[in-house]
Amino acid sequence: MSLWSRVWNVFRGDRLNRELNEEFESHLEEAIAAGRNPEEVRRSFGSLLRQREASRNVRMSGWLDGLRADVVFGWRQLRRNRVTSAAAVLSLALAMGACVSAFRLIDALLWRPLPVTTPERLFAISRAELTFDGKPQNFDGWAYPDFALMREAAKGGAELVAVSYADHMDLTYASDEEMEKGLVQYVSGCMWESFGLHPTLGRLFTQQDDKVPGTHPVAVVSYDYWSRRFGRDPKVIGRTFRLGDQLFEIVGVGPKSFTGTEPGTVTEIFLPTMMNRWVTRDDATWHRTLAILSPGTEIEALRAKLDAINMGFERARARGFTGMPQQSIDNYLHQRVELLAASSGVSGLQGEYHQALGWLGVLVVLVLLIACVNVANLMTALAAARAREMALRVSIGAGRWRLVQMVLVESAMLAGLAGALGAVMAWRAAPLVLNMISSPDIPARLILPADWRVLSFGVVLTFGVMMLFGLVPALRASTVRPVSALKGGDDLHRRRRMMFGMIAAQVAFCFLVVFTAGLFVTTFERLARLPVGFSPQGLLLLESIAPHGKLPEAWSQVADVLRAKPGVDRVAESGWPLMASSWNDSVAINGGPPSVDMVYFLTVSPGWFETMRMRMMAGREFLSSDVFPGAAVVNQTFVKRFFPGVNPVGRYFERAGDDGTRVKCKVVGIVADAPYRSVREAQLPVAFVPLREVDAKGVVQPEHNTTFLVRLAGNDPKALKARAGELRKAVAAASAGMRVSNVRTQQELIDGQTVRERLLAMLGVFFAVVALLLAGIGLYGVLNYSVLQRRKEIGIRVAVGARGGSIARLVTGGVFSMVAVGVVAGVGLGLATARYMESLFFQVKPSDVSMLVAPSAVILAVAVVATVPGVLRALRIDPVEILRAE
Amino acid sequence: MKKQDGLQGSLDLLVLTMLSRRPKLHGYALMMAIKEASGEVLTAEEGSLYPALHRMEEAGWIRAEWVVKESGKRARMYQLTAAGKKQLATEETRWKTVSSAINRVLREA
Repeated sequence: MSLWSRVWNVFRGDRLNRELNEEFESHLEEAIAAGRNPEEVRRSFGSLLRQREASRNVRMSGWLDGLRADVVFGWRQLRRNRVTSAAAVLSLALAMGACVSAFRLIDALLWRPLPVTTPERLFAISRAELTFDGKPQNFDGWAYPDFALMREAAKGGAELVAVSYADHMDLTYASDEEMEKGLVQYVSGCMWESFGLHPTLGRLFTQQDDKVPGTHPVAVVSYDYWSRRFGRDPKVIGRTFRLGDQLFEIVGVGPKSFTGTEPGTVTEIFLPTMMNRWVTRDDATWHRTLAILSPGTEIEALRAKLDAINMGFERARARGFTGMPQQSIDNYLHQRVELLAASSGVSGLQGEYHQALGWLGVLVVLVLLIACVNVANLMTALAAARAREMALRVSIGAGRWRLVQMVLVESAMLAGLAGALGAVMAWRAAPLVLNMISSPDIPARLILPADWRVLSFGVVLTFGVMMLFGLVPALRASTVRPVSALKGGDDLHRRRRMMFGMIAAQVAFCFLVVFTAGLFVTTFERLARLPVGFSPQGLLLLESIAPHGKLPEAWSQVADVLRAKPGVDRVAESGWPLMASSWNDSVAINGGPPSVDMVYFLTVSPGWFETMRMRMMAGREFLSSDVFPGAAVVNQTFVKRFFPGVNPVGRYFERAGDDGTRVKCKVVGIVADAPYRSVREAQLPVAFVPLREVDAKGVVQPEHNTTFLVRLAGNDPKALKARAGELRKAVAAASAGMRVSNVRTQQELIDGQTVRERLLAMLGVFFAVVALLLAGIGLYGVLNYSVLQRRKEIGIRVAVGARGGSIARLVTGGVFSMVAVGVVAGVGLGLATARYMESLFFQVKPSDVSMLVAPSAVILAVAVVATVPGVLRALRIDPVEILRAE
Repeated sequence: MKKQDGLQGSLDLLVLTMLSRRPKLHGYALMMAIKEASGEVLTAEEGSLYPALHRMEEAGWIRAEWVVKESGKRARMYQLTAAGKKQLATEETRWKTVSSAINRVLREA
């Protein structure tokens, strides 16, 4: 009989009985036909019932039958202690759901291999280098000509693929009025074939479509984009769209599984690298480089080869850096090519979040441990209450393993229920967290499938959890000694000691969670409270484009139109909003050498500082007659760095390009410091220059991109965004060929820089609350149990005259010393681990006394609250009642 | 059921032998066959035959299937499996060893 039929037998006892019966009937019939006395035959069968049992026992697997009985019995047990069981299941479900959610996110972002043929042979090529001003950084952007040289050199050992950073671009399928955004990525023609990908529809472009700059206007759309934008219309093949001044034809739809090589972004449109306007420039680093290694390629040998090629390229390039100090060139040439395994792709989101998610994962595991300790204590207490039952089972011949099995079955049922509930939670929670990371401009989109990876994690987790809280009570139950247990109570002290030890561990874990959450919250608060040097409230940013360029006069006419709108306080223009982009160059003072320190630039219109509400420290704002080059307003850091101790107003500096060109600017004003690109970095030297730019001959230059800065009355951010549509239309109506491509508020830009910290703070607080709640419940349970166990002793003490205070001390003494032990252990663990989290903190020191005292105080408060009911119970014990019961 | 003591351990051997000679027998036919072949000396009682059959089925020595009899009722027919054939050889050897040992004991007495 196969294993399957045995398992089957267990669940079809009735049918089996019928079959046995039928066989006996058939036998009886034959016997009677042969002339035997039916009565005699029946007798020789013995009791039919007993026969059946004997046969059935053989046919049913005894172990499985026992298991079924255990499940039924376990279910009855769980239902009998309905409230405690529900509490256990809920707390476990919460912790397990959080665990699975964390796993889903971490797996999708960091671990899941790309759906390509040989993900294990995929590497990302980056550089460990110094910036011009000597700061170390790791950079994975490449200039295409450099990439082309490396690809040639790597042939045979590896296939190199260029993949641009995904970019939201303006494109249109019809007229300019119906512009829309598309997430575009330029990729090498050979990528599709090297990755072993096949089209869903049409064809994927090839190496043949990626040969000559600007001559392959073909596009492949992703399956996801095809579904959302075109409703899976097969007629999408052959459709054209305009991007910039190029017309592209869609030739195919990519495979369903492939969403690009950047986890966190789902690319919509793939174009050949040759169609990128930077493809021939050796000074623009706009794409990542991936390498698919051939089998047997030595990584180090390949790295050294690429390193040599890259150095050759960069040295040749640096020869053109005529206007740059030698120090900057030396810094620049200090670079080393590195190959990093990239089986799960490469993305900015990975870099920003791998550590944060990792630590959130740790918090989640700690919460799970706390929940497990709770349930283990609960099971121990229940087992104690059932000691007599266990003893009875042993004395009527139940084996040791039979008892272990019985308790483990109960644990498995708890864990299974909690797992199922947790799965529901994980299903909803992971996308929720992703939403928190996402911002309107850079929507984070992760494919979060619930596939075998997630499923097997869930199963392993459930099993692990069951072992974690079930095994100890199970083994303990099995060692029961019938005689002493039936006589009434044994090894209670041992059991209580174990529960107290668990409490200490629980408090230590809880401390860690609360401590870490405190650090995250403080970090976020410090960041959010940083002074920005201007007033972001009421500032709406209309990032506008004019594909064919517009003169400054045209832009300011549109600004006038906006100014006339109701509720609009002020309007100004700049090249881009503060904290949205960056442009830097060296400067020279008094004809001296170019600076090693970089100066950051922004083009602004007259009235911009006033609209931003930035404080002028000296001099004046720009006038409409000011041009660049010519005038400049600099910030305080600029003055400190380049004009120490002198009044710079009226003095000159030169912007020094890396090709040796220099343009002169006169400082006309000084403005207070404000963050240029990031709220968390030290203030940078900034030079604001007029938006109105003239060339060497004095001809005013047209502008393609400008941001209207609109200050509206009122502070409500929602009301602010509500004006977007109206103002967007006003811009388009005011000037043909000008359009708003993006609307944001300045506050969004600021908030966008602290998304990670907000996420950590919010989830940290959430887990801290859960941990405290669970630990509180655990403490309450253990104290209650210990009071129950000791009520005889307490009764006697009361009878001989003990006061309430001494009873309370007696009852809580043990628990509080355990809490103290736990807190001390937690402090040690916290200080040891916080060191590894330092990069996630901002202006926060983990060893600060306040950082350590606050969580301790919170835990102590929770402990006090949790022990009150137990103490009250102890105080209410009536000695007469107890002694009478004896 | 003292009668069967002499048969203990050898019932398996008898059943397997019968099934090796005539494939597909139901319980009653088996009982009759044993009785007949032993010259009416050995009787396998129902009370021990059926548990033995089910035990051997579980062990994989014999296989059972339902067949509809002429009377319209179903009967369970047993036949030998490959493992059963091997077991038969083992049981035979064991029986020969034991019986020759017993014979030796009897002769010496």
